[in-house]
Amino acid sequence: MADESLVRLRGVAKDYKRGAETVHVLHALDLDIPRGDFLALMGPSGSGKSTLLNLIGGIDRPTSGSIEIAGTRTDSMTDGDLGKWRAHHVGFVFQMYNLLPVLTAERNVELPLLLTKLPAAERRKRANAALGLVGLSERAHHKPRELSGGQEQRVGIARAIVSDPTLLLCDEPTGDLDRKSGDEILDLLQALNQQQGKTIIMVTHDPHAAARAKHVLHLNKGQLSREAAA
Amino acid sequence: MSNNSWDQITAITSMNVRNMSQRAASSIVALIGIAGVVTVLIGVLSIAEGFKAVLEISGSDQVAIVLRNGATDEMGSGLQQEQTRLIADAKQAARDEQGPIVSPELYVVVDVPLKSTGTAANVPLRGVGPQAVKLRSNFKIVEGVNFTPGKFEVVVGKGASMQFSGLTVGSQLRLGTTNWTVTGIFEDRGSVAESEIWTDATVLQGAYNRGTSYQSMRVKLTSPSAMQAFKDELSTNPRLNVRVFSEKQYYAEQSKILVTLVSTIGSAIAILMGLGAIFAALNTMYSAVSSRTREIATLRALGFGPAPVITSVLAEALLIGLVGGVVGMVVSYVAFNGVRASTMNFATFSQLTFAFTVTPQLLVQGLVYALILGFIGGLLPSLRAAKLPITTGLREL
Repeated sequence: MADESLVRLRGVAKDYKRGAETVHVLHALDLDIPRGDFLALMGPSGSGKSTLLNLIGGIDRPTSGSIEIAGTRTDSMTDGDLGKWRAHHVGFVFQMYNLLPVLTAERNVELPLLLTKLPAAERRKRANAALGLVGLSERAHHKPRELSGGQEQRVGIARAIVSDPTLLLCDEPTGDLDRKSGDEILDLLQALNQQQGKTIIMVTHDPHAAARAKHVLHLNKGQLSREAAA
Repeated sequence: MSNNSWDQITAITSMNVRNMSQRAASSIVALIGIAGVVTVLIGVLSIAEGFKAVLEISGSDQVAIVLRNGATDEMGSGLQQEQTRLIADAKQAARDEQGPIVSPELYVVVDVPLKSTGTAANVPLRGVGPQAVKLRSNFKIVEGVNFTPGKFEVVVGKGASMQFSGLTVGSQLRLGTTNWTVTGIFEDRGSVAESEIWTDATVLQGAYNRGTSYQSMRVKLTSPSAMQAFKDELSTNPRLNVRVFSEKQYYAEQSKILVTLVSTIGSAIAILMGLGAIFAALNTMYSAVSSRTREIATLRALGFGPAPVITSVLAEALLIGLVGGVVGMVVSYVAFNGVRASTMNFATFSQLTFAFTVTPQLLVQGLVYALILGFIGGLLPSLRAAKLPITTGLREL
């Protein structure tokens, strides 16, 4: 099992300074996530779920321990290398979508491709293909404020998958949506996992959302506990 | 830079610029601040340019001014009639059918009220010789007639006539113990002579009890290259103790003090105002960065490096500087260029009229200053944007 791991964390701890006090958010975590998994991370607020997701996604660094993604140690990379690594290997889906308001859906989706060497025409083609995959081809030229919450999140997912990343990291992707839109997003994530073989790690508070994952991990006070496969 | 880096920078920068409407109020405040600084900078420096222009066009390098040795200006000089004859005899003096083209001149300062304030100011009253006009090739009577030699009549330079009251054709002027009649107004291509009142030198000698003495002597030379030989001839003449300047050099020396003073004061004002404008720009750009914190963090999370982020913030600040600079250029040109004013010429302690002159060079200088202000105003906020931790930025609303 460990040999097939796409994500491998060993002894990962994360501390924060809050004034003179040191807050231990994560305690010496070991974690293996196989390629093709759809993992839900659950836990109460402040349990360290988002911190763990940020560490795996390379937008934060552990206080100690090692993080290896697809055989590459990311915890020891320079900031510049880590930025390039994220561009190629990680797709982020945010709770508040984090689309850029002045750009159309198409241009929002195209953004990660600006970090590749693809020519403009190819970038547009791929952005439209990604929008097609999330069922939003006809909204390509709309700006975020002209879309519903569910549609915005679908644009967010298209942006996350457009560069065909190794990992899809979703932080409360349905947290800001009604049940119906949330279900559509979860359908989409499940399809990406099952049909495209995408490895997905999703942080959620919602047991209904977590139930769509293949595995669920609970974080409590910085410690992990595994739940039976869904 | 690869195409790809360029695409990143242009994409993020254009996005940032399109976002500016959301920060219109603070951007406009910064823009007005910069425009104000540029207007003042160009306005003040255009005084120096105008003053310099008057003195530069006043001087010919074919005309020599002869003063008593040791004098640096006409006020401190004195020449006897005999000396003026010896000077006129110099081989290098140009001649026509009336003899050498020379003008022994007398220079006194009289009080005339300024039109703008009604307060008395010093105006040069110059007594000239009959050939004086031939030494000023652009001299032209534009209204009335020239004074009649031997009479208490004067002609007034156009600049003086515009700045001072009672200097119109036909009006009477009380100077010292004598009443003078203004018979004409003259132009001399905006030269320093246009700030003066002219009369017959011999009449002025009588009116001001100067006997037969003069203060300076203008001599037209056969060619500009004869200047050195003329100087040599006069300095080796044991009966003369004089100093020779080319007219061009004489006015250049005179303009130095005022031009330096005005330029220094103008630059100091611009620097002080510039500090204020920098704070406005800093404030605008910090609020721009702060309102875009989540956007910037999102871009960084996607893998964009600090360079496009820094560039985009700087580009916005430079755009504010550019627009502010252009507004300042237009306002200063419309408001100042060609506006006539008079000021004290410290070399002669008399008023000199000039026009504010907004030169292309000044406009460029103003624009460059505006861009520098914008750059400084954008630098710190852009570095802050680039250094902001991604996880902190993503939590911002």
